[in-house]
Amino acid sequence: MGLQLLGLSEVSGSLIAIDNAQDIANEEVVEILVDGKNKRFGRVVKIEGEKAMIQVFEGTSGLSKNNTKTRFLGHPMEIALSKEILGRTFNGAGRPIDGLGEVYAHHKANINGKPLNPIARKYPRNYINTGISAIDGLNTLIRGQKLPIFSGSGLPHDKLAVQIVSQAQIAEDEGKNFGIVFGAMGVKNDVAAYFRRSFEETGVMEKVCMFINLSNDPIIERTLAPRCALTAAEYLAYELDMHILVILTDMTSYCEALREFSSSNGEIPGRKGYPGYLYSDLASLYERAGIVEGKNGSITQIPILTMPNDDITHPVPDLTGYITEGQIVLDRSLYQNGIYPPIGCLMSLSRLMKDGIGEGYTRSDHSDIANQLFASYAKVMEARSLASVIGEDELSDLDKSYIAFGLTFEKIFVGQGFKAQRSMQETLNLGWALLSTLPLSALDRLDPELIKANYSPSTAQRIIDLAISEGK
Amino acid sequence: MENKIYSINGPVITIKGETDLMMMEMVYVGNDRLLGEVIGIERNETIIQVYETTTGLKINEPVIGSKSPLSCVLGPGLMSNTYDGIQRPLKAIADRYGAFIDAGSDILPLDINKVWDVEVSVKVDDRLEGGQIYAQCQETALIKHKLMLAPDLCGIVIDVKPSGLYKINDVIIKLKDDNGKIHDIDLTQKWPIRHARPIKDRKTLNMPLATGQRVIDTLFAIAKGGAAAVPGGFGAGKTMTQHQIAKWCDADIIVYVGCGERGNEMTQALEEFSELIDPKSQRPLLERTILIANTSNMPVAAREASIYTGVTMAEYYRDMGYHVALMADSTSRWAEALREISGRLEEMPAEEGFPAYLPSRLSQFYERAGYVDTLNDQQGSVTIIGAVSPQGGDFSEPVTQNTKRFVRCFWALDKSLAYARHFPAINWTSSYSEYIDDLARWYNENVARDFTSLRAEMVKILHEESALNEIVKLIGADILPDDQKLTMEIARCVRVGFLQQNAFHPDDTYVPYEKQYKMMKIIDYLYKEAKTLINKKIPTRLIAETGIFDRIIKIKYDVSNDHLELLDEYFHEIDQALAKVE
Repeated sequence: MGLQLLGLSEVSGSLIAIDNAQDIANEEVVEILVDGKNKRFGRVVKIEGEKAMIQVFEGTSGLSKNNTKTRFLGHPMEIALSKEILGRTFNGAGRPIDGLGEVYAHHKANINGKPLNPIARKYPRNYINTGISAIDGLNTLIRGQKLPIFSGSGLPHDKLAVQIVSQAQIAEDEGKNFGIVFGAMGVKNDVAAYFRRSFEETGVMEKVCMFINLSNDPIIERTLAPRCALTAAEYLAYELDMHILVILTDMTSYCEALREFSSSNGEIPGRKGYPGYLYSDLASLYERAGIVEGKNGSITQIPILTMPNDDITHPVPDLTGYITEGQIVLDRSLYQNGIYPPIGCLMSLSRLMKDGIGEGYTRSDHSDIANQLFASYAKVMEARSLASVIGEDELSDLDKSYIAFGLTFEKIFVGQGFKAQRSMQETLNLGWALLSTLPLSALDRLDPELIKANYSPSTAQRIIDLAISEGK
Repeated sequence: MENKIYSINGPVITIKGETDLMMMEMVYVGNDRLLGEVIGIERNETIIQVYETTTGLKINEPVIGSKSPLSCVLGPGLMSNTYDGIQRPLKAIADRYGAFIDAGSDILPLDINKVWDVEVSVKVDDRLEGGQIYAQCQETALIKHKLMLAPDLCGIVIDVKPSGLYKINDVIIKLKDDNGKIHDIDLTQKWPIRHARPIKDRKTLNMPLATGQRVIDTLFAIAKGGAAAVPGGFGAGKTMTQHQIAKWCDADIIVYVGCGERGNEMTQALEEFSELIDPKSQRPLLERTILIANTSNMPVAAREASIYTGVTMAEYYRDMGYHVALMADSTSRWAEALREISGRLEEMPAEEGFPAYLPSRLSQFYERAGYVDTLNDQQGSVTIIGAVSPQGGDFSEPVTQNTKRFVRCFWALDKSLAYARHFPAINWTSSYSEYIDDLARWYNENVARDFTSLRAEMVKILHEESALNEIVKLIGADILPDDQKLTMEIARCVRVGFLQQNAFHPDDTYVPYEKQYKMMKIIDYLYKEAKTLINKKIPTRLIAETGIFDRIIKIKYDVSNDHLELLDEYFHEIDQALAKVE
């Protein structure tokens, strides 16, 4: 039992100051009793002599200089963990909100975690079969990777996340060892409800652990929610040997909460008012994905962020891209053309893909197909911009065939639809079929041997038609 | 007098009242003995930056000075090791404490129990000057470690042990300095990381660092002892470029500093360097590599120290007469660490919140590159290649702009090239190297007399192409006259056939100078010969139909590095193809 102090000396934003605090530790958690009944929590962020600055998780409204009793709990912010957290729902600070009572703590862990020793990491190599061609074929998701979805308001990122979860879980089918940790920061009520409903429909609810901070919940809890979620994920992955998929949405709201807190704290702002430590802060979240040598579990992260004004150079997507191992970018113009999932393939990238595909993982010709598809699709863009100036009729025959290729690529290969689940074989075969619609001379990235074995314009249409029919 | 913590704010703590601590002194903070450094002394307050997480730290815990600035321990055992930014050995920490790093782990940087076969080369009554070699031992199969007297020491040997097996802390020499003080010399020395190690003389740079990457070696070469910056947005291939250079360049030793970057990348580097075999010695590359891994989630203050730790180690091996290449990935993260700490100190910010001393810190770092005469009269070099991660891929931000002033080689990575999967995505219009003139003589003597003129010709073709591209964008390529169409075709050969290089192809990942030169020569020959046909009113289309351009583009795959004589046949092939058209 720690010391209890009466009253406080300053209130500013979400921070309070307490005098005469003795023997307190940096980052220690405090319990604040307001008016003798309403309990709030906070943590020490700065100590100066006997004055402690405390960040209050639930906000400071209703606090006065003399209506509080503050108790220092003597440990940093922790959450209770046990196997029973699966199927439960918590708030951003890790307290249950599903009415099922407290978690019987098998184990308690500091939510800030500890940096993972790079020596102890195992380089991720096994891919996750998401059944989505644009991801599996061109931006393969690797178990232990952190691959964010860069989206914009109004784009179907939530739907895509749900599709990845439900299809990956079917394909994973080691069944029992697959789990999902869902961290929602500042999401709208109906978004949270949509995820919950979708998890129930796909029958994974008992494997999901949810940390929900709604957009009208306190911002400090928003900054804690992803940390709680990742701490839970680390427990499930490294103590219980599970393969955990962590979905964090929406990272932009998280960063805005951080900015709000930082500016109320009087800190010197960096770009667009975000604090100078935004990179380090985001890294402390994203870097918690991975595989540890000697453990059976893994943590794969899919953070979702909405780019304000679809601007990929905005600090949040920009810094995220520097930390994560690639990105899946959703493209508004594809979506407006009725293509789902609207994955902009040229801007998307999976950095770990090169080591997790090919012989022994997917198929030996995978990287060649992917390279050629990328290169050809880049040519499509050139042809289109030329067509927009001189008109499509004036294009050379080669450019015309690129335009046609581009349409099928987007409509069939990328736009497979919400229900379609393609195996890796189907995706790669479809890739060959698409390439076969191009003239032979256009395939400049492929080995002649490979072309001889797979280039077959006569069967291409049949495979494409098949893919169309499955999409429906 | 005991110093006690008065305030804690993130990684910055202060001590109230008078202290005997020096500026930049290394200190141990709190009961867990966290490593820190004094960064400010005011009338009533001493400010300390802590290199580890301060969670759980309390006020009134003690702060103990070490009486010396933040230093690196240098001696046998550094090679093949992996350290964090403040030289804690990560492998030993993982073995003892498990996968996650605790604060204050007190493991020594070098293995004190390992026995080295030391060959002593001095005798009693020899006079030793600072930096002089007194012994050597085989550190790894690739590296002979020369034990040098600390640069700030000199004197007469009064006692010396015979050659034999010693541990790093065994005293093998007793040295009496000019003041009569006796020093025990073992296999190690300490050096403050923020100070450049002394040298005898700086030499002019006139030898390239051969990297086997065509766009670098031929177009934008870097000299041994030079400094280069690799700026690029995310996904443009900074890390890939750095890895390729680390793997293939002809330096004797690589120091790879992962400064605030991804953990998995360090794991990958470690894995690749242990698997890859050095072609010259048939030993794993790791035996000539030191890794400094301060990933983005490790404490930010240690990130700030990491590049100094790296460059100090690089200088130490340079002093033995080695050519060392230092990769720093990424200096922007280091600059952000500066900014973060500066913000905590409430210093007045300059551009974008970065402190006003950013340029001077950057220049101090890059100026530690150089080709030198060492104190023991050998020649060695440190080449620095720093990645820069500009926010939003915008090169006008302060770190890129200031870096540009202190490096003479600039490899600008271009996102649009990366999107089109053109790797290495080094943009040929915005990149430059100021070393080309200095290196011209080396090229003349070691590659070919017309190497630099061919290079100039290639640059010209690429330049013309980018001007023509502006027109093509407006009216399409069909409208161009035939000589310009030819320029476009040749430029395509240069871009796709020469500049584009496949890091995953066994032959193309590394290309020797001879092949680079011949490839240029072939392209140039094709250009000249085709031009004479164009002058005879033969359209470019007919030349293209012979497929000769595509043949030239595929040279990089068709001619393996072991059969460079095959290259000579291409001249003949060009003659035949063009004769057909004519």
